[in-house]
Amino acid sequence: MQSLQGLAWLLAMQSLGELLSRGGALPFPGPVIGMLLLLLALQWSWVREPVAACARFLLSHLSLLFVPVGVGVMTHLGLLGQYGIRMLAVIVLSTWIGLIVTVLVLKALKKTDHA
Amino acid sequence: MPKFVELWVYLSATPLFGLTMTLVVYVLAQALYARLNQAAWANPVLWSVVCLASLLTLTGVDYPTYFSGAQFIHFLLGPAVVALAWPLWERRAALRLHWRALLAAAVVGGVAASGSALLLGWVFGLPQAVVLSLAPKSVTAPVAMGIADKIGGIPALAAVFAVVTGMVGALSGKVLFDFLKIPTDAHGWMARGFSMGTAAHGIGAARALQVNADAGAFAGLALGLQVVLASLLIPLIFRLF
Repeated sequence: MQSLQGLAWLLAMQSLGELLSRGGALPFPGPVIGMLLLLLALQWSWVREPVAACARFLLSHLSLLFVPVGVGVMTHLGLLGQYGIRMLAVIVLSTWIGLIVTVLVLKALKKTDHA
Repeated sequence: MPKFVELWVYLSATPLFGLTMTLVVYVLAQALYARLNQAAWANPVLWSVVCLASLLTLTGVDYPTYFSGAQFIHFLLGPAVVALAWPLWERRAALRLHWRALLAAAVVGGVAASGSALLLGWVFGLPQAVVLSLAPKSVTAPVAMGIADKIGGIPALAAVFAVVTGMVGALSGKVLFDFLKIPTDAHGWMARGFSMGTAAHGIGAARALQVNADAGAFAGLALGLQVVLASLLIPLIFRLF
């Protein structure tokens, strides 16, 4: 029951986020606004406990949720045949750059944090 | 035999087929991943996608038919983004303590991931719509689709790029961090996890969570921050040019 309540909170916040995003022409997608609203609401324990139960379940199976859209690769086989190697090279290189830059920035700032 | 063919034609066209196949294949891939001690190359998302795409091609079921069932799983990506408020809340003490360093790393790392993708895409001569779809590739798929739509990319392609990015991060993160001699103490796990969430979103975070609980929590934090920063910054930067 608790995780069901939690799911209701998540969906309600997402809906509110969609309303604010479309209605207020805000630069964030609906779920992002929903996340920020929920973050504010989490200070109340009667919101927090059900949300925690549902969020733990949902986030521990997060990788499953990417499968349907991943299978969508097959609908772009034309583009992939033509540019596949180059697209993959761009993705691999830029992901490495992102990983390396982030980790090195944190490593460098950690030192000044302690100084 | 004709009866079997009729049944198959019926079943493969119902939403039940896409939903069931996705769950069955993923559960098997996850079991194999556990059996192989969670080796990075055995990533369950990667192998589920490969198996399902091959299966659909072999059986002649088209993607829209498959997706009519798989959309029920896909739909949960929205609530999952909202649910990211939980890891953010959980680590609020660490966030308050290190917010300057973490925010700086999220901004600089996010700009590096997105900017290098745009630059490399342009250098490699990819079509403009493809290059624009590459911009939000380090953000979780549902948000990446929204951003791509706003800046003139192809949402479906942006989602695929985001998934591939996550897999690249999950496959190569540990090797890169070991090579850079990032330690495996408290700060090291924070840096490793945060970097995975920044550059490789949910798939990277899922991988980080399996390696170390702290790394996973900071990856979730980074993923939440990246969702906010990228939705704000990427369309803003494109509006300026």
